[in-house]
Amino acid sequence: MNTQGKVFKYGDNVDTDVIIPARYLNTPDAQELALHCMEDIDTEFVKNVKAGDIMVAGWNFGCGSSREHAPLVIKTCKTGCVIAKSFARIFYRNAINIGLPILECSEACDEINAGDEVSVDFDTGIILNKTTGREYKAQPFPEFIQNIIKKGGLLASIGGADNE
Amino acid sequence: MGMTMTQKILAAHAGLDVVCAGQLINAKLDVVLGNDITTPVAVNEFRKAGFNKVFDKDRVAIVLDHFVPNKDIKAAEQSKTCREFACEHCVSHFYDVGKMGIEHALLPEQGVVCAGDCIIGADSHTCTYGALGAFSTGVGSTDMAAGMATGMSWFKVPSAIKFNLTGKLPKNCSGKDVILTIIGKIGVDGALYKSMEFCGEGVGNLSMDDRFCICNMAIEAGAKNGIFPVDEYTMEYMRGRTEREPVIYEADEDAEYEQVIDINLCEITPTVSCPHLPENTKNADELSDIKIDQVVIGSCTNGRMEDMETAYRVLKGKKVADGVRCIIIPATMQIYRECIEKGYVTAFIDAGAVVSTPTCGPCLGGYMGILAKGEKCIATTNRNFVGRMGHVESEVYLASPATAAASALKGYIVAYKED
Repeated sequence: MNTQGKVFKYGDNVDTDVIIPARYLNTPDAQELALHCMEDIDTEFVKNVKAGDIMVAGWNFGCGSSREHAPLVIKTCKTGCVIAKSFARIFYRNAINIGLPILECSEACDEINAGDEVSVDFDTGIILNKTTGREYKAQPFPEFIQNIIKKGGLLASIGGADNE
Repeated sequence: MGMTMTQKILAAHAGLDVVCAGQLINAKLDVVLGNDITTPVAVNEFRKAGFNKVFDKDRVAIVLDHFVPNKDIKAAEQSKTCREFACEHCVSHFYDVGKMGIEHALLPEQGVVCAGDCIIGADSHTCTYGALGAFSTGVGSTDMAAGMATGMSWFKVPSAIKFNLTGKLPKNCSGKDVILTIIGKIGVDGALYKSMEFCGEGVGNLSMDDRFCICNMAIEAGAKNGIFPVDEYTMEYMRGRTEREPVIYEADEDAEYEQVIDINLCEITPTVSCPHLPENTKNADELSDIKIDQVVIGSCTNGRMEDMETAYRVLKGKKVADGVRCIIIPATMQIYRECIEKGYVTAFIDAGAVVSTPTCGPCLGGYMGILAKGEKCIATTNRNFVGRMGHVESEVYLASPATAAASALKGYIVAYKED
């Protein structure tokens, strides 16, 4: 599994209210919600994001509300992955549960700039900045999480056994 | 090596004698909770995965509280999805308009949650129930769906920070000032992935409403859960509310903590979190240059009876300053009714405030008090992120009910001082 694309760069403590403002949460429809992804801090994101593009941010990405709508809109915008120095715990869990790849790598977050072309290999955790040629290594997912993602999310991974 | 209180509850629910920080476990759930925003997403996932029944109809709670009475057609559709699902699965703890309250005030009040429980809720402030001596944590909708289907959830056992509380709060301070002070000290990710365990002789000087408020905002420090030991106040609170037998867990004397922080409650001062992060704390008295357009007293953090009593004490016989909108929202129907019976609602209206039926509404910028560009609000809510209560250029200042009510009278931020 891997992704490659252009980087959108954000700071520390990107909260779920700016990822998807609550005023839009009167619908569970992912496509409709995704039109407002990052709107309150970056009105250009939705207009410019292309499949495989990568978000790079600082500490505590996804803090605040437990709304699963947050990783869901990032994924629905076809973002390939989020790299941050750290993730808020509910966001981390939700991202895995819905199959949005996320990686923690402090050094990469410090050095990668907005607009850089970056590729990520999820099996090895290798992050390659094609613009600068610099390579970074993040911790790849542990096996049980790889398993959830491979099976297409948490429910698919438990659904089989329980519904037979 | 000993276990923390949280670790003991998790071990018991995973059927293990011992667990240690970092260990992955699969634990039995006592209660699975969702609201009108998160449940529709969970229902969709639940159905998509092909489940046709919930693990226990008496252990699932669905509370319509974010956008009810419905703010618009789309919100009404979401409530309808919840209502139909609750009906189809005979969910006993389904709370619709007329019965509902803000979930984290309602479930303890109604005895749905209990000491010793292991609880997940698709709402980040689910950590509130730690005040009862339960392990309780916020999750997303997919975890809620999986929890409803199986009655189980996986957890990484957290390490802990111990907060050793001593002394007694000054009269114009409450649990809100304690938790804002702590978040100011450790930061919004200061307890990331960890438990915040509160203990020490100061615990006995905190009311249950103070403890609910403190645990409620553990998530604002990034914590997995906040938890208080069970004492006679906890037992008294639960008496007559729940038919279930409370289970009391205590941390081992040799439990390991990543950090121990001493908090002398006598030294707490009226505290305000300035935009746009809960960690940006200042003393309320330093903020008299901040003129306010709106005051909100309510939410899962501070919409409980004691909060209403405080608002009453400050506002009765006085007038809200010209140009300030003061919105008071009792968190549950029981609290709402008590406010009417005790004459608080009349006093609030006479002071120039407006009193709403229970809703999360303004706290998350849903409705019932949205801010325009450039407006400032002092609120007893829990988040002051960019755009949280309305326009991206509006500002939210987080404070206690006493500080918020006192500020409503002045029109700028001020600490409450008794006459």
